[in-house]
Amino acid sequence: MNTLRTVLRDARLVAARDLRIEARSRVVIDQILPFAVLVLVLFGFALDADHRTLRTFAPGLFWVTVLLSALLAIQRSASLDSADGTGTALRMSGLSPVARYLGRAAAVLVQLLVLEVVLVGGLVVLYGVSVEEWFLLVVAGVVAGVAVAAAGTLYGALASGLGARQTLLPILVLPVLAPVLIGATRAFDDALGVAAVDGWAWTGLLAVAALVLTVVGASVHGVLVED
Amino acid sequence: MAEEPMSPAPLPEGTARDTTGSRGSRLLGVLTLVGLVVLGVLAFVLTDPDVRIHPSTGAEFGQFDAVRMLYVHVPLAVMTYLAYGLCAVASLGVLIRRTPWWDVMAHAAAEVGTVFCGLVLVTGSIWGRPVWNTWWEWGDVRLMTTLVLFLMFAGYLALRRTTGDPRTVSRRAAVVALVAVLDLPLVNRSVEWWENRTLHQQSTLGDLKIEDLTLFTLMLGFLVLGMAMAWLLLHRFRVGWLEQAALDHSVAAAIAERRGETPDNELRRAVGDPSPGDPS
Amino acid sequence: MTHVGYLIAGWGITLGTLAIYALRLVRRGRDLSAQVPDAHRRWLEDQGSDDA
Repeated sequence: MNTLRTVLRDARLVAARDLRIEARSRVVIDQILPFAVLVLVLFGFALDADHRTLRTFAPGLFWVTVLLSALLAIQRSASLDSADGTGTALRMSGLSPVARYLGRAAAVLVQLLVLEVVLVGGLVVLYGVSVEEWFLLVVAGVVAGVAVAAAGTLYGALASGLGARQTLLPILVLPVLAPVLIGATRAFDDALGVAAVDGWAWTGLLAVAALVLTVVGASVHGVLVED
Repeated sequence: MAEEPMSPAPLPEGTARDTTGSRGSRLLGVLTLVGLVVLGVLAFVLTDPDVRIHPSTGAEFGQFDAVRMLYVHVPLAVMTYLAYGLCAVASLGVLIRRTPWWDVMAHAAAEVGTVFCGLVLVTGSIWGRPVWNTWWEWGDVRLMTTLVLFLMFAGYLALRRTTGDPRTVSRRAAVVALVAVLDLPLVNRSVEWWENRTLHQQSTLGDLKIEDLTLFTLMLGFLVLGMAMAWLLLHRFRVGWLEQAALDHSVAAAIAERRGETPDNELRRAVGDPSPGDPS
Repeated sequence: MTHVGYLIAGWGITLGTLAIYALRLVRRGRDLSAQVPDAHRRWLEDQGSDDA
């Protein structure tokens, strides 16, 4: 139990550090958020849309936007360590790899949740969507966010330090997140009243995915950063 | 072929110095080719097309001759899973045992598996066009799962090709392979649920009357494509091994040049092997 | 026979791809064998590579 508490405390330290860096540099706020809204707008243009079409596709477009923006957030998060030797400093600091992973993933999750909130607003304003089941929306959004953050942190670490990180990350992480995309979209279909599906069942699947990805990510992170 | 002793010995009978072939692999290759011919004959000449009579209208329906595609398509799929499964096991080996053997095997299995997986998708699509009337069926669980599998290992191969410390790359690639395999059930389940909410009516493999000659041909397909995969895996493994050796050799040569030695002594020294004329 | 075009395409692509891949492997094997002196090759091969 003592170890668990230490791990959680250390994770909180790492998360706080990452978020503090974000608060100071404002990369997510200034760059990634606008990008996300931009993608929503681009979809609007591309689909030559009337509100009915956009409302039908809103869940899918939402989650594709989240995934694309998440790529940027993950790249950003992974790059925080490679600047000026902080990576080595972290490794020598005695923090366990599990704590570093959880902390990093938590920071990414916070950023993703902010993103999702803004994007839901975008859906309501730009696509004329109305939310039928807020609770389902929030739960599904959070759980899917955890899954994306977990997988993203894992693959972000995996792709870092190699020449082609920028272009490698998407092709590594997106196929693995296919079930999350499918599940989250169906859950939102239900929550936004777009289709008659069982959103809660899908959220259950998302929870399994989130759990598996987090456990795997935490276990494997040590191997990835040990060089 | 028997294991060779540790010291450089004359090459055993039948091992060509200039290729990755050996007596065994040539035999395998010939058998595979013969098997392919037999399979072709069975698939195209001796077996019947899938023709069924509708109970009420009396009209003919079914896959007709398109069913002959399945004699390659299904074996290709099974071999894909075997290859990727091997890659996953080898990746475990890389992480646990850390010898080059596992690493080369993992890479070889992934590459061969991806070739086969691509062929599964292509033959599946070509089969689907006459049977389902579409090149791509978003609602088919197997097709979707295979697609995601293909993409995941395409990523693996891309990772393998990046420049970077080879040990690092090999470890990370092993992680990618393992996570991919762990993710697969999730992918399968999510696509299954997704597919079942639609009212798709498709002819699946289950509808097919698989018996007698059809079954035999299918089994033969497994055998022949299995041999083909073994042959490819063997050669791909040896190529990977040689790549490793070439790299080691060129590094040793560079070091030796600086020291004024021959590369062989350099390598032996590094490994701690005593060699003739070398005091250490 | 019905669907002949599809069958030719499907089988043809399969056999063709496998053949091309096989040839490329053999060629790469030859090139690499030329680069690696036998001593190294044998030594490393003794580490357990499989001869079918």
